[in-house]
Amino acid sequence: MAELLVWPALIAYGEAAFAYAGELRGPGLAGRLGTWGVRIGWLAQTALLVVQAIDSDGFPWGTWAGALNLFVWLVVGAYLIWGCRPRYRLLGLAVMPVAAALLVAAWAGGGTGVAARDEPGGLLVVHVGLMLAGFAGLTLATGMAALYLWQERRLKRRDAGLLRLRVPPLDVLDRLSARAALVALVVLSCGMVVGLASFERGDFDAAMAVTLGIWAVVATGLVLRREVGLRGRRFAVLLVAVLALVAVVLPLTHFAS
Amino acid sequence: MKLALVGVSHHQAPVELRERVAVDLDAASRLASSLANGCEAVVLSTCNRTELYLACEHEAPLDERGGQALVELAGDEGAALAPVLYRLGDDSAALHLFRVSAGLDSLVPGEGEILGQVRDAFEVGATGPLLDRLFRQALYAGRRARVETAIGESPASVPAAAAALAQQVFGSLDGRGVLLVGAGKMSELTARNLRSRGATIAAVANRTLEHGEELARQVGARAIGLESLAGALAVTDVVVASTSAPGFVVDVAGAAAALRARRGRPILFVDLAVPRDVDPALSGVDGCFVYDIDDLEAVVEASLAGRRAEAVRAERIVASEAERFREWQASLAVVPAIASLRARAEEIRATELAKAEARLGRLPEGDRKLVEAVTSQIVAKLLHLPTIRMKEAAAAADGVVYADVVRHLFGLGEEEQQS
Repeated sequence: MAELLVWPALIAYGEAAFAYAGELRGPGLAGRLGTWGVRIGWLAQTALLVVQAIDSDGFPWGTWAGALNLFVWLVVGAYLIWGCRPRYRLLGLAVMPVAAALLVAAWAGGGTGVAARDEPGGLLVVHVGLMLAGFAGLTLATGMAALYLWQERRLKRRDAGLLRLRVPPLDVLDRLSARAALVALVVLSCGMVVGLASFERGDFDAAMAVTLGIWAVVATGLVLRREVGLRGRRFAVLLVAVLALVAVVLPLTHFAS
Repeated sequence: MKLALVGVSHHQAPVELRERVAVDLDAASRLASSLANGCEAVVLSTCNRTELYLACEHEAPLDERGGQALVELAGDEGAALAPVLYRLGDDSAALHLFRVSAGLDSLVPGEGEILGQVRDAFEVGATGPLLDRLFRQALYAGRRARVETAIGESPASVPAAAAALAQQVFGSLDGRGVLLVGAGKMSELTARNLRSRGATIAAVANRTLEHGEELARQVGARAIGLESLAGALAVTDVVVASTSAPGFVVDVAGAAAALRARRGRPILFVDLAVPRDVDPALSGVDGCFVYDIDDLEAVVEASLAGRRAEAVRAERIVASEAERFREWQASLAVVPAIASLRARAEEIRATELAKAEARLGRLPEGDRKLVEAVTSQIVAKLLHLPTIRMKEAAAAADGVVYADVVRHLFGLGEEEQQS
């Protein structure tokens, strides 16, 4: 049952990723189709997660692939909160291809199926959930930062067709990405504090080190933004660099451990 | 009912002729009342057109009456006006009004003012069933075209493009400060456009303080000299420059301190001057966006091209609304026959019930009401399908034939003729 639900979610996310590309030609049907793809895909994935939770013996998202599955759901859920508004549809172009690709990776890694798992402690479940939600928020913030950089480039190049696309205003993107990063940082911090409860000497590994590094960079970026005006392009580049770090380093450290 | 349109517009007539027949709302109301004279009339007068919409029950020479009214209005230019008048009837007149309402007949496709002007003309017109329906549907078609397409979204002038760019950078302009450098006409227009979107004109910087003070008073700002420019840059978000200075008034070195004080907050320079007032090198500085007059004109041109592309979609919407109006207007031809048929059926029902009164009178009140309701329902159900079919036939131009057949089959109107 669970494996069957992967396909509608994957197809809908894939359709949304393609449809949002159509939105680049101007607002219209493509954007609306993209939004429906996101909604239907997210509902299908929610059903998938529910089936996994019911049918599994323990915590079904403890593996890297399972965590990725949950992570995609959180990212798309966060995007759904306001990303589907007409003016923010192009944000979907930054978010949905990533979501679709990560869900494929989760499926390939066996994270969308049902299997007997070791029963983890309740705190560990909360820790994993919070960490994934934190990274999902960071991903969304980076999506907005990427959209900021793209729109800023168009404004700098004085693109004549600039006003034909519905894109969120630059200043709004800057503020929203900062807010999303701040919320993500708070959630990550909570996840770390919860994780400390079950932390034992000798548990410290590369993944934890990378996560701590990311936390420090984002926190520093937010402080500098407030204190010395690190905003706009420089803040957006920082967020994109952080997510690139997450995308490259975290899987490597996970597989290494 | 017949519908006629007589008008003159920017397509055929120069402004010298159009201004002769332009009327304000009061005059439009008076003219409509005098033209109606038992019929219906609406006078639509804008800077690009004056059109008379007339509707009458009988075969009156409506377009002659309208044409004569416009020629009289033109006075001694009447002879020159007559050849450029256009006359449209029924479907074409309706389609024309729908296109006008959607902004498809305007100089700038999709311009927003026309919809309000059509509404005003409708409100002061001498309307009846036909023109009431026509103008309501025209307003609906105009709104649909603007909601379902992007025909009215993008800016159509340099000041509007500058304001739209400011919104693209800052979002809402509420509380955003604008600095005007130079007191030219173009910067005044841009300032007004920005102000209408919520921005605050903080200061007017001018080489001659007296000139600056004049504009500052008009836009509710303070006047400053060009030497105070650097300080003002630090606290404003949009700079509109339009001086006649031979060199750059705002350069990178001069703006550096102000930009540092802004702590990364973006700033938009709208340079309307030739030669340019703002050093284009500022564009390379983080958070600075510089648009000169060529850039803005290119934005307007792209925007108009976009509007023209959207106009194709808007034309489809307008055509579908015109078709709906045509169907409604055609259905009017069968309305008297339908009304007669229903009246005849009701008459028969009432007569038969009256005949049965002796027996019905003994029934309890509840049963009597039930009999009334059942007979009414039978009549209504029997007539429902013929009514629908006659309206459909009317839409397909067979309405008159069907109406005659119904009159003949049911003997409608024969009693009046016999008496």
